[in-house]
Amino acid sequence: MNANAPGVPRTSSPNDAPPAPSAAAPASRTGAVLFAVFVVAMLFAPFAGFYPVFLMKVLCFALFACAFNLLIGYVGLLSFGHAMFFGFAAYVSAHAVKVWGWTPELGILAGGVVAAVMGLIAGSIAIRRQGIYFAMVTLALAQMVFFVCLQAPFTGGEDGIQAVPRRPLFGLVDTKNDLTMYYLVLAIFLIGFTTIHRTIHSPFGQVLKSIRENEPRAISLGYSVDRYKLLAFVLSATLAGVAGATKALVFQLASLTDVTWQMSGEVVLMTLVGGMGTVFGPVVGAAVIISMQNYLAGLGEWVLVVQGMIFVVVVMLFRRGVVGEIAARLGRR
Amino acid sequence: MFELLGIPPQAFFGQLLLGLINGAFYAMLSLGLAVIFGLLNVINFTHGAQYMMGAFGAWMLLTWLGIPFWAALVVVPLAVGLTGVVLERLLLRHLYHLDHLYGLLLTFGLALIIEGLYRQQFGSSGQPYANPIPGGTNLGFMFLPYYRGFIVVFSLLVCLATWYTIERTKLGSYLRAATERPDLVQAFGVNVPRMITLTYGFGVALAALAGVLAAPAYQVSPQMGSNLIIVVFAVVVIGGMGSILGSILTGFGLGVIEGLTKVFYPEASNTVIFVIMAIVLMLKPAGLFGKQK
Repeated sequence: MNANAPGVPRTSSPNDAPPAPSAAAPASRTGAVLFAVFVVAMLFAPFAGFYPVFLMKVLCFALFACAFNLLIGYVGLLSFGHAMFFGFAAYVSAHAVKVWGWTPELGILAGGVVAAVMGLIAGSIAIRRQGIYFAMVTLALAQMVFFVCLQAPFTGGEDGIQAVPRRPLFGLVDTKNDLTMYYLVLAIFLIGFTTIHRTIHSPFGQVLKSIRENEPRAISLGYSVDRYKLLAFVLSATLAGVAGATKALVFQLASLTDVTWQMSGEVVLMTLVGGMGTVFGPVVGAAVIISMQNYLAGLGEWVLVVQGMIFVVVVMLFRRGVVGEIAARLGRR
Repeated sequence: MFELLGIPPQAFFGQLLLGLINGAFYAMLSLGLAVIFGLLNVINFTHGAQYMMGAFGAWMLLTWLGIPFWAALVVVPLAVGLTGVVLERLLLRHLYHLDHLYGLLLTFGLALIIEGLYRQQFGSSGQPYANPIPGGTNLGFMFLPYYRGFIVVFSLLVCLATWYTIERTKLGSYLRAATERPDLVQAFGVNVPRMITLTYGFGVALAALAGVLAAPAYQVSPQMGSNLIIVVFAVVVIGGMGSILGSILTGFGLGVIEGLTKVFYPEASNTVIFVIMAIVLMLKPAGLFGKQK
């Protein structure tokens, strides 16, 4: 698997990779315009009648889905266990803020760092298998983390960590106000989103795409594919962790729900609905699924049925997802 | 009476038997997954839900119609297998030309639908199912309930019959040939699409059979399948899907290891299979019996 073709120099730094001229260009002008519109809309959204708490939930899950999309959409790796990073980082930040009295930014940072370390371990195990096995391995590892969370004393078992205080940001800015918290979450989301965007459009991202399209070819060109996959996995895990850590502070709660396999399935669903491998798809998908859950909250178990049906319909009929379908209709990607 | 590392022999052998029973279910389910994957290249995420349907099928027949366990053991797998045939014809068939991941996502969605419907209907608490062979015998070193012994023996027979069919009969040779080169087998005049449909139905029926067997042993509940299927995935990764006997051996072996962990270090009993999976992936990425492609 790791064999380098003889005579082909091994590229140690991603920057040596020759960028493909057409695809490496930053997002098209429409993309930039859309992004600007999105940022302005989100800045004013709380004043347009949207509840900040709802928006924060959407943003946290949007970041989670974007992180997941980095793997499935650009490296072709289906992780069915991303809840382990999301949920465990939520526990870490909730614990750090509640018990150790850390400020929010340090709590989120701690969540991200722990998720990165977990990503390094889980990733180095999971990338040993491809395709369908990769999905099963990540799912099994996430289930292991679930049982650890269920039994470890610091997670509070079935109760979770409740009533996490909203401490002042940097020790200065009060975050008890939902509106202030909203702008903090928006800032975190935008940092994460831009990081992913920059990664995708960097030479490193081009190599990732080449692995997705034709792994043996990438190997024969001398790329150490496993290292690229692992780095992408760690980045994705870190951002998923940041999303989970942020969510824990927003809702002042870290619970088992966020570590379950259902949560791993939900992020797959969001990305699938929005469009795998599209930049805005996961954001749209997160908004759609969270809104749907809000509307169907009173229907109990039917939510599960509806989610399953969306899976079936999208897989059978709209494999490109909402954004992918629109982009295809407009004749560009 | 002898002592095993300070563990009373009753507890030791009791857990060993429980481990064997769990292992029997791991073996039957991973066998079904392996057979389906071999021909369809689809990891059947619905497998857990179909196992649960088997258990509920037996429960419904007994509770609503008074039909006993032994009849359910034949009727339910056939009925659930038939639903599998319908699913394959209607949905799965249209995904074979795509990336295998779509098959996984589709069957995941189906699993959510089925589990959601059952939870809506029956709630998430477990339903009891009367033991068809009550009583047991004292073996001297442990008490053996008859039904538990029956599960182990019966599932072993089912597994070996499956192995025999696939590895030693003419039908099995067609199946193995179609796994390697479906196009060539079709060129020889074998109806491969029908074979694929029936194979999926068979795998599903095997899951349902395991479900019927499980009904008297565990509580019948809508989430009994989803909890189990993830462990079975780990079992499949450990064994590799290359060999039928390998799947059977891995299933029983891991069940026993899990049972023994319950005796010696109960805190790790939920995670031990996942830890073994991680270790096996480090040492032998293709699995114990798998072939690296």
